[in-house]
Order: sequence, then structure tokens, then C-alpha cells
Amino acid sequence: MAEIDENLAQREAIEVDRSKGDFKYEESYAFDAGIGLSAGVVDYISKVKAEEPWIREFRQKALKIFDGLPMPTHWATTDLDNIKFENIRYYLAKGQKAVRTWEEVPDDVKKTFERLGIPESERKFLAGVEAQFDSEAVYSRMKEELEKLGVIFCGPTEGLRDHPEIFRKWFGKVIPAGDNKFAALNSAVFSGGSFIYIPKGVKVAQPLQAYFRINAENFGQFERTLIIADEGSEVTYMEGCTAPKFETATLHSAVVELVALKGAKIQYVTVQNWSANVFNLVTKRGVAEEGAEVRWIDCNIGSRLTMKYPGVVLRGKGARGEVLSIALANDGQHQDTGAKMIHAADDTTSNIIAKSISVGSGRSTYRGLVHIPKTLKNCRNNTECDALLINEHSRTDTYPAISVRGQKNSVQHEASVSKVSAEQIFYMMQRGLSEGEAMSLAVNGFVNDLVKEFPMEYSVELKRLIELQMEGSVG
Amino acid sequence: MPDSLVIKNLNASIGERPILKDFCLTVPKGEVHAIMGPNGTGKSTLSKVLAGHPDYTVQSGSALLDGEEILGLEPDVVARAGLFLAFQYPSEIPGVTIANFIRAAIVARQAKGTPFDAKAYYAELYAKMDALKMDRKFTARFVNEGFSGGEKKRCEILQLMMLKPKYAVLDETDSGLDIDALRIVSEGVNRMRGPDTGFLVITHYQRLLEYIVPDRVHIMWDGRIVHSGGKELALELEAKGYDWVKTELASA
Repeated sequence: MAEIDENLAQREAIEVDRSKGDFKYEESYAFDAGIGLSAGVVDYISKVKAEEPWIREFRQKALKIFDGLPMPTHWATTDLDNIKFENIRYYLAKGQKAVRTWEEVPDDVKKTFERLGIPESERKFLAGVEAQFDSEAVYSRMKEELEKLGVIFCGPTEGLRDHPEIFRKWFGKVIPAGDNKFAALNSAVFSGGSFIYIPKGVKVAQPLQAYFRINAENFGQFERTLIIADEGSEVTYMEGCTAPKFETATLHSAVVELVALKGAKIQYVTVQNWSANVFNLVTKRGVAEEGAEVRWIDCNIGSRLTMKYPGVVLRGKGARGEVLSIALANDGQHQDTGAKMIHAADDTTSNIIAKSISVGSGRSTYRGLVHIPKTLKNCRNNTECDALLINEHSRTDTYPAISVRGQKNSVQHEASVSKVSAEQIFYMMQRGLSEGEAMSLAVNGFVNDLVKEFPMEYSVELKRLIELQMEGSVG
Repeated sequence: MPDSLVIKNLNASIGERPILKDFCLTVPKGEVHAIMGPNGTGKSTLSKVLAGHPDYTVQSGSALLDGEEILGLEPDVVARAGLFLAFQYPSEIPGVTIANFIRAAIVARQAKGTPFDAKAYYAELYAKMDALKMDRKFTARFVNEGFSGGEKKRCEILQLMMLKPKYAVLDETDSGLDIDALRIVSEGVNRMRGPDTGFLVITHYQRLLEYIVPDRVHIMWDGRIVHSGGKELALELEAKGYDWVKTELASA
């Protein structure tokens, strides 16, 4: 019974929050790896991409690791058992080459991205865009002046084929295939994503954006992203994700590796708005060398279950790591998110601010890991996690694991749980706001100080998404 | 009566406990009516019931705002129909600035798609804050968070002045105010007096009515109005005390 109720609740939540992403056009695919996962499927993907033998071996080895690892249900959630790997389609593509003008994009796909406002955003404020439709990018373009400076912005297939001297060194090194079961799965069947190289000293002023769209049912999207910021360079990368609602579960399992070399800065912004049938199981980690900075801004809205803990390995002296995270768990959804900060050099600092909102039967979990070994000195961490509950059925848990040793390191941890009270709602409604407007104002107020840290365009988008969610969460 | 707030035979309870008992009162636009009475007699309940608070149950009766029934409507619908309640204990809304809050309330009253004139809005907001002797920096503060009692009440009156309701119910606005704040808040209310607005001022003490001089004074006891008179009634009540209400008026 409980399961049926949960499904109902999910469907209701989807009805209301998918106004922008919930549509699809009929599709036909030239490349289809079929249903289910096997060594044959992995070979098919590698073959259509015409990959070098070492990549195929990397994939096959990862598949063996995946098969050998248990599901992490013992520490996470048993909902993971509901993923039926044998029912999923692992590779679907219309073609193998992304085009460089929107005119060349097939009409049906173009309509999808136009409806999501991508070409418009590109004209307005982006330095480069990549649009991925199911397994492959259909469009990829960057401003010419960046190309002249030596910036590389392409997919993994092109990256590993055309620039192995740059990408092979770090590929699968920040997050090895054996890191966890879903990183292994991604390593076996990865397709699409962004491979980015920013040369020494180049500061890319406008963001590079990738847009990930799942369009097919019973599908798994496994994009792979590797960003290398060479010494003294700076880049902001943004990803947006949507999918239409389906009755069946869809899997999104990405691997994102960031490498900030000496003095470089990488800011990685995610605004995900998955529909409530998507399992979103993503591994994200960055390495920060001496004086470098890696900053994750992570907004998780939607999905059935999200498990994501962006991390930074602070490998060089004076490196900085930051995770700013907002998670909104609506009816029937579970946001299991957090951050990892591994201090591995002196004078490193890390900052984690996580805010979660649970609505209806929504559940949010914060999982954090901060590690400072005793051999280090002058390391600092600040962790704040705040949870907001919209009503008595929602749930929040916090699991902070902090291991700080040594005399000269410091850590500060604060956590709070607050509630939007009936009196607050009544007060706002007495001023003329509908219940939905009142709730979205309260939620926006709760995340206000974090949203201020976001690039302007994304804070507007986030505010709009929160409003849609809250409007829909009341009768 | 189209230009009045007319409450007739209103019976309301919280849980099983009846609080308003055949309560009747008419406040015409352009007048200020005061309700006085001891604690626990149902004054605050009246304001909450009119505003549509979900904790109270209405058994019977009606409340017509310019001829339209407001009982049973959602609180936001009542508010947009033109009833404003200045709270005795206003809620804090962390992270939401006063400027954004009042703006959201104004936008909620506009037809969808109407462009918002931010320049005119801030000009009006600043003028009204000046009148209430509020520091302009207040616009960036979060609604009622960390406010003193007096600041909260000033903020309520600022919202009242910005939203311009047809009827305003002021629930114990004088509580927690020192004499200077009381004077400023009262000036704000007096400035709004006019043919387009009716006021219902709920107070325990006569003091407030020295500054907001009422057209009518009603004495409330055990869920109903037991005596009404002109502004001098407040002074009589102050002199004789609430025992007088209990022994003479309530039994009458």
C-alpha cells in the first residue's frame, strides 16, 4: 500500500512542477545499443565511437568492477534496489557528430531546446554551449575568440581522440572506475558530457554551459565530464538537466572530474530539474593544486532519488574548496546530498553550506565528510547545514562525518532545522499572498543568502523553479 | 449597507470552546471604531475570525465587507477583498526583506502580467517610512526578524499604509510601544483616516485612544458587545474599571 501511495504522491508532484521540461517529441534513433547491460553493449558503444583499444579496455574493466560491487543499500536507501539495470537502454543516439549551428540541428531536437530556452541563453550570456540529447551532444559551439586562445570545449569521444596528450593524463584519475558502483557503471558506458581545457592564464569571463536532456523512456544517461584548468586560469561551467515525466524509472549517472592546477579557479554550477521518475546518482570530485580553488554550486530540484556529494581534494598548499548546496525534496522525493572535503596539504581551507527543503512527504539527507589528517597544519573547515521543513510529514537527517586531527587545524560545524509555521503562512496570506506564494517566499527567504552567491542568471532560474515547486505543493 | 463592514450574529469557537457569541457590529467606511474589553473576552479572536484564521470555527453568522460575505474565504482572498489585520504578534520571515515582502503583497493584488513600477514603489515606500520615522535601511532587513516590539508595530503600520485596505483591524497595536512610538504609529493611522477606510481598533487601554480618537467605542464582554458610546466612553471605562463592566453592563 505504502508504495502505491508513494507513487501517487510522486505523480501529483510531477503534474505541477514539470511545466517547462515536461514535453517530448517522437524520436527515431540511428544508434541503439538495445535493452540491458552486457560486455556486448559496452563493445557496441566503443565501436560506434571508433575508440582506441585502451578506452575499450577501460570500459570492459569498469563493467567487471560494476558487476562485482554490491549496491550501497546498507548505508543509503533501499529504493536503489528498484533500479532494474536489465530494463534500461544504455545508448541511444541520432548521430555521432555535434553540429555547430542551431540551423543544422534536426528540427524535432531543435524544437526541444528552443522550448527550454537554450539558444536564447547562448545569445544572451554564454561563452559556449553544448546540448546533449540522450547519449550524444547534438550541438556544440564556443565563441571563436576562446578557440583562438586555445580553449578546448568538446565531448569525451573527441577529447580523448583529438587531444589525448591533455585529457588522458587525468581521465579516470580523480574518480577511478572503482570509486563506487555508479562511477564504475559510468566508466563502462559513458557517452556525452564535456571535456574542457583552459590554457595557462586564460580567464573565461562568461560561463560555458552544457544542457542535458533525457528524452527517451527506460533510458540511462551517463555523461562524463572532465575539466582541466591550467595554471592561473579561470572558468565557470554550468549544467542544466531536464527530462519529461515517464511512468517508469530513468537513470542518470554522471561522473564529473575537475582539475584545478596551480592558482586556477573552477566554478561548477548545477541547476538540475529532473522529473520525479529519475534516479540521479552522480559522482563529482575536484582536485585543487597549490593556491587553486574549486567551487561547487549544486541545486538539486526534482528527481525520485538523488545521491550526490561533490568533493574537493585539497592537494596543494593554500588550496580552497567550497560546496554550496541547495536541495528541494518535494512529495515522494528523496534528496540525499552533501559534500566531501579531503585536506591533503597545509594551509588549505574548505567551506560547506548546505540548505535543504523538505515538502510534504519529501525527505532530505545531508551527508558530509571532512578529513584533516594530523600531519597537516593551518587547515580550516567551516560546515553549515540548515534544513527547512514545510510540514510535519517531511523529514530531514544529517550525517556529518568530521575527522580533524592535529593541533593546528580548526573546524566549525553548525546545523539547524527550522519549520515554516502555520502562523507564518497565515501572516503572509493576510497580506494577500496565496498559500503557494507564501511558501515559496518563505523558501526563497531560507535560501536567500546562498542564492546571492550564484551567477545572476541562475539565481533567477532557481527562484522560478522554487516558485513552481511550491505553487504545486499546495492543494 | 454597501459601504460598511457589517458583522451579524457571529458565533465562533476554537476547538470546543465558544468564544464569539452572537457578536454584532457595524463599522462604516470613514469611521474609527474602538473595541475595549478585559483580556480573554474575545477581542483578538474577532480579528482572527474576520481574517479567516484556520484555527477558528465559525458556527453561524455573517460578516459582509461592502456587502460581500468574507466568512469562509481563504485568508488571502479576504485580504485582497480589502481587510487588513495589524497583528498583535507579527511573525518573523527570515531571509525575506521588508521591501520584497510588501512588493509581493502589492503584486498579489495586481492583475497577472501587470508590469511593476519599481521606481514609483520605492518612492512611495520611502515617503511612508519617513512619515513613520523609520530608517530607510529597514527596507533591507528581514521581516520582523530581531525587531523590537515598537519596530514590529511600525512595520505593521507601514504595510497598512502601503496596501491601503478598505478596512483595517488593529489588534492591540499599542502593546509593547513606548510613548514616542505610540505617537508616531497613531499619526500614521490618523493620516490614513478618510472616507475610503474604516478602522476597528482593538485595545485594552484607553491610552491609545488619546492619539487615535475614535468615532465610536464598544465595550466587549464574554464574546459580545455589551455597551457602545462615543469617545467619552473610553474615559468612563478607564475611571470605573472593568469591574464596572462585569457588575453593571454584563448583567444588563
